[in-house]
Amino acid sequence: MAPDRTTGRSARWVSTFGTWDVLVIVVLALVVVGSSVLVEGFATARFWGFLLLDIVPIALIALPMTLIVITGEIDLSVASTLGLASAVLGQLWVSGLPLVLAVPLVVLLGALLGAVNGLFVAGFGLPSLAVTIGTLALYRGLAYVVLGDRAVADFPIGWTGNSIEALPGTTVPWVVLPLAVLAIGFGVLLHATPVGRGLYAMGNNDQAATFSGIAVARTKFWLYVVTGAIAALAGVFWTMRYASARADNGAGLELSVVAAVLLGGVSIFGGRGTLVGVLAGVLLLMTLRNALQLADVPADTLTVVTGTLLIVSVVGPNAAGMLRARMRRRRPAAPPVAGAEGA
Amino acid sequence: MPERADPVPARLALSGVRKSFGAVHALADVRLELRAGEVHALVGENGAGKSTLVKILAGVHAPDAGELTMDGAPLVLTGPADARAAGIAVIYQEPTLFPDLSVAENIFMGRQPLRGLRRIDTAAMRERATELFARLGVPLDPDRPARGLSIADQQLVEIAKALSFEARVLVMDEPTAALSGVEVERLFAVVRSLREAGAAILFISHRFDEVFALSQRITVMRDGRWVSTDPADELDVAQVVRRMVGREVSQLYPKQPTEVGEVILRVRGLNRRGVFADVGFEVRRGEIVALAGLVGAGRSEVVRAIFGVDPYDAGEVLVDGVRLPGGRPAAAMAAGLALVPEDRRQQGLVMELSIERNATLTRRWPLARFGLLGRGAERAAAQTWTQRLQVKAGRLGDPVSTLSGGNQQKVVLAKWLSTVPKVLIVDEPTRGIDVGTKAEVHRLMSQLAGEGVAVLMVSSELPEVLGMADRVLVMHEGRLVSEIARDAATEESVMLAATGQGGRA
Amino acid sequence: MTTTTRPGAGPDAAEVRARSGAAGMRLGHRLFVAREVGIGLALVLLVGVTTAVNPRFLSGQGRQDLMLGATILVVLAVGQAIVIITRNVDLSVGSILGLAAFATGKLFLAMPDAPIVLAVLVGTGLGVLCGVVNGALIAVARVPALVVTLGTLYVFRGIDYSWAAGQQINAADMPSGFKSMGTADLLGIPLLALFAVAVLLVAGFYLKSYRSGRELYAIGSDPAAARLHGIPVGWRVFGALVVSGGLAGLAGVLYAARYGTLDAAAGTGIELNVVAAVVVGGVAIFGGSGSVYGAALGAVLLSTIGSALPVLKVNPFWQQAVVGALILAAIGLDRALAARVANRLRGRKARGA
Repeated sequence: MAPDRTTGRSARWVSTFGTWDVLVIVVLALVVVGSSVLVEGFATARFWGFLLLDIVPIALIALPMTLIVITGEIDLSVASTLGLASAVLGQLWVSGLPLVLAVPLVVLLGALLGAVNGLFVAGFGLPSLAVTIGTLALYRGLAYVVLGDRAVADFPIGWTGNSIEALPGTTVPWVVLPLAVLAIGFGVLLHATPVGRGLYAMGNNDQAATFSGIAVARTKFWLYVVTGAIAALAGVFWTMRYASARADNGAGLELSVVAAVLLGGVSIFGGRGTLVGVLAGVLLLMTLRNALQLADVPADTLTVVTGTLLIVSVVGPNAAGMLRARMRRRRPAAPPVAGAEGA
Repeated sequence: MPERADPVPARLALSGVRKSFGAVHALADVRLELRAGEVHALVGENGAGKSTLVKILAGVHAPDAGELTMDGAPLVLTGPADARAAGIAVIYQEPTLFPDLSVAENIFMGRQPLRGLRRIDTAAMRERATELFARLGVPLDPDRPARGLSIADQQLVEIAKALSFEARVLVMDEPTAALSGVEVERLFAVVRSLREAGAAILFISHRFDEVFALSQRITVMRDGRWVSTDPADELDVAQVVRRMVGREVSQLYPKQPTEVGEVILRVRGLNRRGVFADVGFEVRRGEIVALAGLVGAGRSEVVRAIFGVDPYDAGEVLVDGVRLPGGRPAAAMAAGLALVPEDRRQQGLVMELSIERNATLTRRWPLARFGLLGRGAERAAAQTWTQRLQVKAGRLGDPVSTLSGGNQQKVVLAKWLSTVPKVLIVDEPTRGIDVGTKAEVHRLMSQLAGEGVAVLMVSSELPEVLGMADRVLVMHEGRLVSEIARDAATEESVMLAATGQGGRA
Repeated sequence: MTTTTRPGAGPDAAEVRARSGAAGMRLGHRLFVAREVGIGLALVLLVGVTTAVNPRFLSGQGRQDLMLGATILVVLAVGQAIVIITRNVDLSVGSILGLAAFATGKLFLAMPDAPIVLAVLVGTGLGVLCGVVNGALIAVARVPALVVTLGTLYVFRGIDYSWAAGQQINAADMPSGFKSMGTADLLGIPLLALFAVAVLLVAGFYLKSYRSGRELYAIGSDPAAARLHGIPVGWRVFGALVVSGGLAGLAGVLYAARYGTLDAAAGTGIELNVVAAVVVGGVAIFGGSGSVYGAALGAVLLSTIGSALPVLKVNPFWQQAVVGALILAAIGLDRALAARVANRLRGRKARGA
C-alpha cells in the first residue's frame, strides 16, 4: 500500500529492469535442474502434467493482473471472483441449465464483477487496495450466499474429464494451448501496442498520461472488466478440474497471483515489469512448491516458500539499488539532481 | 535593540557560495547579506538561481563552496532541522502542511507544549496558536484541519510557525505568487510588523511594485550569479529589469510579422464554478495570442479545460467550427490541438520512461501498423523530431530524467509538434530553462506561427508576452478582463489589467 | 535583538480568539465525531432491532457473548489502526495471532503450572518479534508494507504449520486457571473484554497526547513533509509495526484463553475483518486521519453483525458479504464527503473572488 512515490524508485528500478527477468529464469532453471537430481519423481512426465494443471489458473489470472499492477493499481478480489463464478456455475447446473449456456453466463458475470471494481476504482477514484479488499469479502460472501457450504459435484464427465485431458501422446494438458495463446496475446498487447505504451505511461505518472491524451480512467475500467472475466474463466476451469463447485474454491489464490506477479519483477508502484518475467515468476513459484511437495514437505509449510520468495523479490532489487547508490555516491562527481532548474 | 549601523555584523550573510548539479552551475560566487530589521528583496529571471539559494538557506542543499555566517559566526547547515535550530524559517510558494492535522498541530509539530508525564498540553497549544494569530492579526481557527486552507492562509500558518520558534531570519520564496490583492495586503502588514520586531527578511518576488513597496535593499541575480545589491530608494524598475535581463529585450524575442488567417480556435462562455467564468476568445491561423495575468488568475485552468484535461460546467470550445466534447484530451488531439503543459516534470513527461517513448507517446496510434508498434518506427520518429529540435541527448533509450531542463522541454515540444497541430497551446513554455534554449523556443514558436499554426501562449513573464504576442488577453481572478493589441501592449497596460485596476485596452 | 516577539500587531486579540474558538468547535471536530457517532448509532440500531426480534440477544449471556466476540477483533483493530494511520498496512496479523495462540498452548503443555502473566508475556513477545521483522523490512529495506506483510502472512503461518505439524491442542490440555480467564467477568464485563478496553484506552491516549503519537498522523498525512520536518519516519513506522505485532500476539493469547482448542489455522483470514473494521471505523486507508476509537467501534459493529444475523433469521452466509459491502460503503462515503467539502470550498472561493 501507500506508494510513496517520492523515494527515487526510478533510479532504483531502471538498472534492474530487464535483468530481473533473466535472474528469475536462471533461478527457475536451477530449481528445475536441482529438483530433477534431488527429488524423486520430479523429472517425470506425470509430475509435469499435474504441475501444468496447477499452474493454469494462477497463470491465467496473472496475465491481466500484470497489466493492472503495471498501471499502479491492484485487484485482490480475483480469487473471490473465481469462487463466486464457481458457485454460480454449480447453482446454474443444479437448476438445470446446460453448461454450454451456463459457462458463458458465468464469464459474463465475472466481467460484471470486474466492472464493479472498475467503477469504484476508475469511476469514483477510490484506492484500489481498499476497494478490492472490500469486493474480496463481498464476492466470497456472495459465493457462500449462493451455495452455502454445499458442493455441486455431479457435472458431466464429458466436461470434467475433458478439462484435464492431455494432448495426444503427451501428459501436457490441452488447456495449456489456449493459455499460451492468451499469454502471447497479453504479451503483444503490453509490449507492442499503443495500449501497452499507455499502461506503462499511466503507471509511472497518470497525470502526464492524461496530458498525452491517454484515457486513464477508461483504460483502467476495462482492465478490471477483463480481469473479472478471466478470473471467472479460471473459476470454470477450477470447477471442472476438481469436478466440484464450492464457495471456497480458490480461497487465498489472490496472494499467490500477486506474489507471482511481483516475483516476476513487476513494480508494486506500477510502471515497470514484463510479461515474460511474470510467467517465469509463476513457473518458479509453482515448480518450487510442487517440487517441495513431492519431497514430502507438508503443503501447509510451503506457504513459507511463497512468502519468502515474495519478500526476496522486492527486497532484492531494493537492496541492490541502495548498494549501487552508495557506491555511486563515493565517486567524486555528484549525479545530476532534480532541482537544478526552476529559478 | 536592532541597530542598522554597519559595524554590526549582518544577521545572516553568504559569500562566495557555489552550487552545481552535475554539469549545471546553479550558483556561482553568490553573496547576500541580510540585516536585522530589514526586508531584503531578491529578484532575477526564472532560472537565475533564486530557488537554489533558498534551498541552501533552508538546509535542503549544501553549498559546494562558500560560507554562511550568522551574526558573524560561521554557520553550517546539514539539514532542514539545522536551519530551523539556527532560527531560519523558509516559507515556500506552496507551503508543506500536514492536511489532516489541525492548524495548531501544524504550527507546533515536534515542539508541542508539554505538561506532566510529557503529555501534550492541548489547551496551551491552542492558546499559543491563538495568540500567534492574534499577533499576526488574522482570524484563523487553530482547531480546524489544514486541509482546505487557501494558499494565503497556509502561508500565514507557516509564518505563525516561524514566530513560534522565534525565527530571526524569514525567507519568503514568491509568497505572493498565488495571492489576491487583499491577501497580499494582509501578508505585507504581517511582514512589516515582523521587520519592526527586528527580524531579517528575504523576500523573493516577480512583482516590482511589491518589491519596491516592501523592501529596503534589492539584490539582483542573473544566470546563477550575483549582479548587484543597492538600497531600494536608489533604484527604479527600469534599472532592475536591465540588470535582470542583462541584454536588450528585442534580441530575445525574434517575433516575425506573419499573415493572420481565419479563426481556428473559438472559445465561448467557458465556465468552471469557482475557477473561471465566462471566458471567450478566438485564435487565428498564424497568430500568437498570449494569455497573461497573475499566477492563480485561472489561465492554466482555462487551457487545461480547452484541451479536455479538466472539466468545465458551461460553454463550448470549437476547432474549425466543430465543437469539441469536453473532458477528452484524445478528441482535442484528433481535432488538431496540442498542449505543452505548465509542469514539465509532472504533466509534460513521464520521467521514468525513455526519451523516445516520451517523444512518441502522443503518436502511439498513428505510428502503429495493424495495431502493432514496432520499435523501429518509434525510434525513427523520435530521431526525426529530437533532431529537428536539436535535443542534446546521449541515447534515445535513456530515461528522459537524465536530460537538462531545457532539453526536457524540447522533448515535450517534440512530442507535441510531431502531431502537427493546428492549434498549439503552450503553458509557461520557457519556465526554468536556460537563456539559450529560451531563445530557441521563441524562434520555434515564431516559425510555427509563420507556417500557419495558431499559438496560444500562457506566460507569466511580461517580456515574453510583450515580445512574442500579436494580441494579449489578460485574465484577472478567473475572468478575461482585457484584450490588448500588440502595439498597445506595454508592461504597464498588461500589469494594470492583470491586477484588476485596468480593464481598458 | 534576538527575538521577533512583539505582541498585539493586529485586531483585538480577545475578539479573534473568541471567534476562532467557536468556529473550532464547529469545523474541527465535526467530521471526526460524526463518524464515531454514526457507527455508534448503527450499532445501537442493530442491537435494538435484533433485541426486538429476540429479547435474549441482550440477556446476560447474550451481552457476554457479544463483548467476548468483539474482544479479539478490537485488539487487532487498534494495532491495525496505528499502522494504517502511518499510511502502511499490516496484513500479517492473522498469522501472528495464530502463531501466538499456538505458542500459548505449547507453553501450557510444557509447563502446566505456568502463570498466566507468563503466557501473556510469551504471546505478546512473540508478536513483537514478528512485528520487528515486519518493521525492519519496511523501514530499513524500504519495501512497501503491503508486500512485506503479505509475504510474512505466508511465512508466519507456514512456521506455525510446520511447528504444529498437524498437532491440535485441546481445551483439556489447558490449565483451568487460564481457561477461566476466558469466561471470568468483572461486574458483568468479561475479563477478556477488559483487556481490549485497556489496550484501546492506552492507544487512544498515546496517539492523542504524545508527540510521537501525533507524528504518526503527520507521517501518514504527508510522508515527504514529515521528513522535511525532521520526523524520524523510519523509526516511527517501525514502532507502529512492532506495536501491531505485539497486539496481534496478545490477541493470540486471548484467543487461546477463549477457545481453548487450538490448531495452526487459528485466525486464518482474520486480517480481512481487521482491515474492514478499521476502514469502516473511519481510518483513511491512505493514512493521516481517523482514531483507534473509531476502529474499535468498527470492530464491535462487525462482530455484532456476525452475531445478529442468525438471530434475525438471515442466512449466516451473508456475513462476509455484508463485511465487504460495508467496506465499499465506508470508503465511498468518505470520498463523497470529501468531494462535498472540496466543492463547498471551491464555491466559497468563487464568492470571495
